Amino acid sequence: MSDTKRRAIATVILSAIAVVLAFSLDIESVNKLGKYLALAILAVSLDLLWGYTGMLCLCQSLFFALGGYAIGMYLAHHGGPEGIIDASGWKLPACLYVVYPYAVGEVQSDATVPWFWKPFYSLPAAVGLGLLIPGIVALVIGYFVFKSRVRGVFFAILTQAFTLAAWLVFCLNNMKLCGTNGLTRFENIAGYDLFHPNVKLCLYFISLFSLVGVYWLCYAIVKSRLGRVLIAIRDNENRVRFSGYKPYQFKVFVFTISAMIAGLGGVLYAPQMGIFTPTNMEVKESILVVIWVAVGGRGSLSGPILGAIVVNLTYNFLTSKWPESWPFVQGAMFISVVLILPDGLINLLRKWKVLKSKKNGDGPHETPEVEDVVSVNASSNGGATQ
Amino acid sequence: MTPKTLLYETVPASGALLYLEDVTVLFDGFKALDIERFELQDKELRVIIGPNGAGKTTLCDVVSGKTRLTTGRVYFDKTEITSMTEESIAKLGIGRKFQIPTVFDGLTVYENMELALPRHQSLFGALFKNRTAEDRDRIFSFLERVRLADSSELLAKNLSHGQRQWLEISMLIVSEPKLLLVDEPAAGLTDEETMRTAEILLELRGQRSIIVIEHDMDFVRQLDAPVTVLSEGKIMSEGSMEEVQSDPRVIEAYIGR
Repeated sequence: MSDTKRRAIATVILSAIAVVLAFSLDIESVNKLGKYLALAILAVSLDLLWGYTGMLCLCQSLFFALGGYAIGMYLAHHGGPEGIIDASGWKLPACLYVVYPYAVGEVQSDATVPWFWKPFYSLPAAVGLGLLIPGIVALVIGYFVFKSRVRGVFFAILTQAFTLAAWLVFCLNNMKLCGTNGLTRFENIAGYDLFHPNVKLCLYFISLFSLVGVYWLCYAIVKSRLGRVLIAIRDNENRVRFSGYKPYQFKVFVFTISAMIAGLGGVLYAPQMGIFTPTNMEVKESILVVIWVAVGGRGSLSGPILGAIVVNLTYNFLTSKWPESWPFVQGAMFISVVLILPDGLINLLRKWKVLKSKKNGDGPHETPEVEDVVSVNASSNGGATQ
Repeated sequence: MTPKTLLYETVPASGALLYLEDVTVLFDGFKALDIERFELQDKELRVIIGPNGAGKTTLCDVVSGKTRLTTGRVYFDKTEITSMTEESIAKLGIGRKFQIPTVFDGLTVYENMELALPRHQSLFGALFKNRTAEDRDRIFSFLERVRLADSSELLAKNLSHGQRQWLEISMLIVSEPKLLLVDEPAAGLTDEETMRTAEILLELRGQRSIIVIEHDMDFVRQLDAPVTVLSEGKIMSEGSMEEVQSDPRVIEAYIGR
C-alpha cells in the first residue's frame, strides 16, 4: 500500500473517531480536545521546520500568539458590556479599557481605540490578518537570517530571543495590547454566544477540518520536489549549494508557511480558550512545542499530532490528580524519548508492525525500517574496514 | 545575481575555459595556495597530484566558490567568478565531487540524482515543475552504468562507501557541468571499482573539461592525461606523467622530506 493511501485511510478513520467523540463526550471535554487540535496544528508547523528542514525554531509560540492576538482583538471588540464609546464612535474594548495607558493629564473620556485595533473589528479581516501577520514577520526575519546563513543552534537561540523580545513588548501596557492581563471578556463570535455548546462544537469541527487541511497541505509540500530539496538542506546544506540551489529561498518559503500555519493554530485556539494573554507567547511555550514534536516523532507529520494530543491529555489528567508531578513527568517523557525512542511514539507503531511481520515470516517489503537499520550497520562496518 | 561579463580585453587572451591569475589563499597567515597562473582548456582532462597539504582541495574550493581568495582572480568561460556565490558558480557550469563522498542520506538514490539535475532549481520550479519521463530515463541510464539501478529506491545512508562515491560521481555527471572538479574519486575503492571509475571518467573525455585530484598513481596512469603537481600551494611541475615523474623537484617533494 502506498504511503499516500495509508495516510488517507488513517485520516478518514481518525476523523471519524473525532466526530464520534464530539457527540459522545460532554461539551467541556470536546472543548478541551478542540484546543488540543489547535495545538496539534502548531506542532505540525514546527515539524515542517525541524523534522524536514532541520531548523530547530523556537519562535513558533510567537507566530501562534500573533494569530491568537488577531482573533482575540476581534473577540475583545465584540465582548464585554463595559468600556466606553470614544470620540470617533468606536467602543473601547473592556480589556483595553481597564489597563488603558493614560498620558499625564488625560482622563477617561480621552481614551480612544488605537488605529491598529480597528482592522480587527471584522471577523474575516481578523482571521486573514491572523495568518498574514505571522507570515510577514517570518518572511522578514527569515530573509535576513537565512540570507546571512545563520544556522543550527545559533538559529535556535536567535528565534528564542525574538520570542522573548516580542513577549516583553506585548506585556507593556503602553503598547495598548492590554499588557499582562491579555485579551479577556470574550463573549460573541460572528454574532453567536461563544459559550453556547453548539458554538463550541462548531469550533471543534473547524479545528478538526483545519488540522486535516494543514496536514495534507504539509504532506503535499514534503512530497513535492521542493520537499526533497528541504530534506537535502537538512542533510547537508552546503552540498545543496554546489548543486545550484539557493537554500535560503527554500528556507524562507518553508519558514513563512510554517509561521502562517502556527498563526492558524492561534486563531483557532483563542476562541476555544476564552482568553488570550502574553503567557501564550512565553519562551517556554515554544519549548513545549518542541517536546510534543519530539515525543510524537519528528519528520513524519503524523507524529507531532499524536505528540501534541498525548502530551496534553497526560498534562490534563495529571494536573487534575497530582499537580506537583507534572514537571517531572514531562521531563521524564522528553528524556526517555531522546534516549529510548529517538523517532518518537509514532515509530512504536511501525516497530510493532515490523516485529509482527517478522514473526509471520513476511518478506522484507513490509519491513523497510529493519532493513534500513541492518544495512546501515553493514555499511558502517564495511566503511571501517576500508 | 546575474554573472558579470567583463570587457573583452580583461578576459585572458589564451581562450582557456578556466584561468587562475595570481591566486593566493591565506589561512591564518599560512599560505595554502599560491598560484601565479593556471589554465585549463575547454574539454581538457587534467590530473592534479601532490603530497598531503599541497593545496589540491583548496584549489577545488577556490574554483567552486567554497573558499574565498586572499588575492587574485578566477575566470571561467570568459566570466570572472572570483566573488560569486557557490550556487551561481554551480549554475555557470562548474560541478564538484567532494573528497569525502557527500550525498543526501535522507533521500533515495533516485531522489539524489533527481536533485542533481540541472534546470528548474528555483523555489517555484521545485514546487511546480516535475521531472519528465526523459529525465527519469537519463537517471536510470546513469544508475545502470554504476550498478545502482536496482538500489534506486534505497535511502542513500544505506549505501556502501564505493556506492556513495559512484552515486556522487553520477550526480556530478547528470548535472551536465562544463567543468567537473573530481576530488579523489578512487579513495577507499577496491581495485576493480577504481578501474570502473576511471572508465566512467574517460568516457567523458573530449566532451567535458575535467580536473581530477588523486593520490592513487595507478589510477592516474590509467587516465593518461596531463598532470599538474602541486606542492606547498605552488605549481611545481606540469606535463605528462612520465615527464613529471622524472622531474627531480617532484621526486624530492614526494620522497625527499
